[in-house]
Amino acid sequence: MSSVHIRDVRKSFGNFEVLHGVTIPIEDGAFVVLVGPSGCGKSTLLRMLAGLENITSGTISIGDRVVNNVQPKERDIAMVFQNYALYPHMTVADNMGFSLKLRGASANEISAGVKRAAEILALTPLLDRYPRQLSGGQRQRVAMGRAIVRDPQVFLFDEPLSNLDAKLRVAMRTEIKELHQRLKTTTVYVTHDQIEAMTMADKIVVMHDGIVEQMGTPLELYDRPANQFVAGFIGSPAMNFLKGQLKSNGSAGFEGPNGVKLPLASAPANSEGQPAVYGVRPEHFTIADDGAEAEIIVVEPTGSETQVFATLGGEQVVAVFRERHQFNPGDKIRLKPDPSLVHLFDDTTGKRLNA
Amino acid sequence: MAEIALTPRPPKTEIREASAWDQLKHNRNWLGFWFMVPALVFLVFFLAYPLGLGIWLSFTDTRIGRVGQYVGTENYEWLWDDAIFWLSVFNTLLYTFVASAIKFGIGLYLALLLNENMPFKAMLRALVLIPFIVPTVLSALAFWWIFDSQFSIISWSLKQMGLITQNINFLGDTTWARICVIFANIWRGVPFVAITLLAGLQTVQPSLYEAATLDGATRWQMFRHITYPLLTPIIAVVMTFSVLFTFTDFQLIWAMTRGGPVNSTHLMATLSYQRAIIGGQLGEGAAISSAMIPFLLAAIMVSWFGLQRRKWQQGENND
Repeated sequence: MSSVHIRDVRKSFGNFEVLHGVTIPIEDGAFVVLVGPSGCGKSTLLRMLAGLENITSGTISIGDRVVNNVQPKERDIAMVFQNYALYPHMTVADNMGFSLKLRGASANEISAGVKRAAEILALTPLLDRYPRQLSGGQRQRVAMGRAIVRDPQVFLFDEPLSNLDAKLRVAMRTEIKELHQRLKTTTVYVTHDQIEAMTMADKIVVMHDGIVEQMGTPLELYDRPANQFVAGFIGSPAMNFLKGQLKSNGSAGFEGPNGVKLPLASAPANSEGQPAVYGVRPEHFTIADDGAEAEIIVVEPTGSETQVFATLGGEQVVAVFRERHQFNPGDKIRLKPDPSLVHLFDDTTGKRLNA
Repeated sequence: MAEIALTPRPPKTEIREASAWDQLKHNRNWLGFWFMVPALVFLVFFLAYPLGLGIWLSFTDTRIGRVGQYVGTENYEWLWDDAIFWLSVFNTLLYTFVASAIKFGIGLYLALLLNENMPFKAMLRALVLIPFIVPTVLSALAFWWIFDSQFSIISWSLKQMGLITQNINFLGDTTWARICVIFANIWRGVPFVAITLLAGLQTVQPSLYEAATLDGATRWQMFRHITYPLLTPIIAVVMTFSVLFTFTDFQLIWAMTRGGPVNSTHLMATLSYQRAIIGGQLGEGAAISSAMIPFLLAAIMVSWFGLQRRKWQQGENND
């Protein structure tokens, strides 16, 4: 186990720079999730950490050692690939023992290592099977087993769950997290799925267009997104954004589209009339008599909660209620955001304005 | 809408029982049979009939211009005591074995090379195919000149460099002649092996190599433990075809040496042609050709076992 430090790392393919100076400190034993939309550079960063891509500039160190020019096999890392990359012509046991075999371990050492990893992942009955004879989830576990056998300093996961069906994904999510709690190996996990990031991470790194937008614990990111991108990316259904300007009428307030009045707990200093974006999470709406009028378009009950799509000042918003209301499309309701949980963002830079 | 509703419906035709003919018309197996007939006719007339005729001829004393009598295994008994026939068998095995082995080696090497990222990759891949595109007789004639006893460019170059004083008698010396025809066959056969193996190499997922890199494999270990095992099914196909083509080779030999000197490059195919067509002994020639069948069957059996889906290829394919 060791810490990982990514310092001002850049990556260019030809003249095209895909990572514009990324700095991420990763503590020893942490579970860090790199999350972002496709093309944000998260997988490239992971592959640079693994040594599969060159580092254009900046440094990556594992423990105290800068690994920029260290061969992948010398970095003492193990990676789980999106498509698992299991060797199709080897049995599960051979797949898992391959790295030990290459290292010149004895047959006893190999079988002991494989046995230990197989027990951790409940793969023992499958050791003689070939990858083709396994289900998706089993293959996923073999890929993890292959990583565990090596007992590396750092585990790298590259979108490991995206080839699984929804139910299995949830199960494997828990399994990976549990595995990390047991092994306590530093883990870097790449995904585009913010739910995976939220549920698994000690620390989430939100990336976008080759830069780090924000780093923090899942709840920090959820409660205090540093900018509009993070606010929109973290949370499902996504945060509602309403453009307008800050208007204090005695107390702090916000004038949304088509003059809709929205409440604010406090306005930033000297901000009267400033254009801004008002962000409110779907679950922070309540039905109240002093709310803004909205017209329901679609009601989607999921059982535990109900998602309501409505127009508020001409803009579509979504609200989530845990209590069961009798809503029908076309109904007029009064939606009131909880002023203490409202986010304000700069109209042009997208930066967070309120404390 | 209204107009449609108002038009009187035509009276329904009475439902009649489906006749046997109706059932046949809708029988998919029957339809399938008719789709297969053209292929069947083709196979019977162009493959089964000539093969059967050849085997039948080998049991007769047919000559050109004279219908033969059934003579049992007499032709084969003759061949059994025929030193030239046995020489041709030896030549064919030598030719096939040496040429196929070298073609495999060079072909695999080229395939691995062309699978690397390098400049002008597409052009190089196209270049490799050239020997395959040139008509065999044309390339054989070119080799005939290259190995000519007086005008050989190789002899000339070596003499210019002062390495030899006398022309090398490439096609006049038994050992040299064998080397030359094998060389020509390799030159011609390498592209097929190289391009097919290259196609096989490209089906190997790049992530397997990445995984192996992280597992600590050297380039040789990656070849030994990943590339080669994954390529074996393709290798089995390619080498079967390569062996079959080489074993039955006729054009190259006939254009370059006609089996000479002193029968040292006579293959079973060329000997058969010489006895049957040039010499007019159709029965005997057919017996030589038929004698190739066991060898070819053996080669096919080897590939049949080699081609069987390996254990790791079996099972659920849900990836």
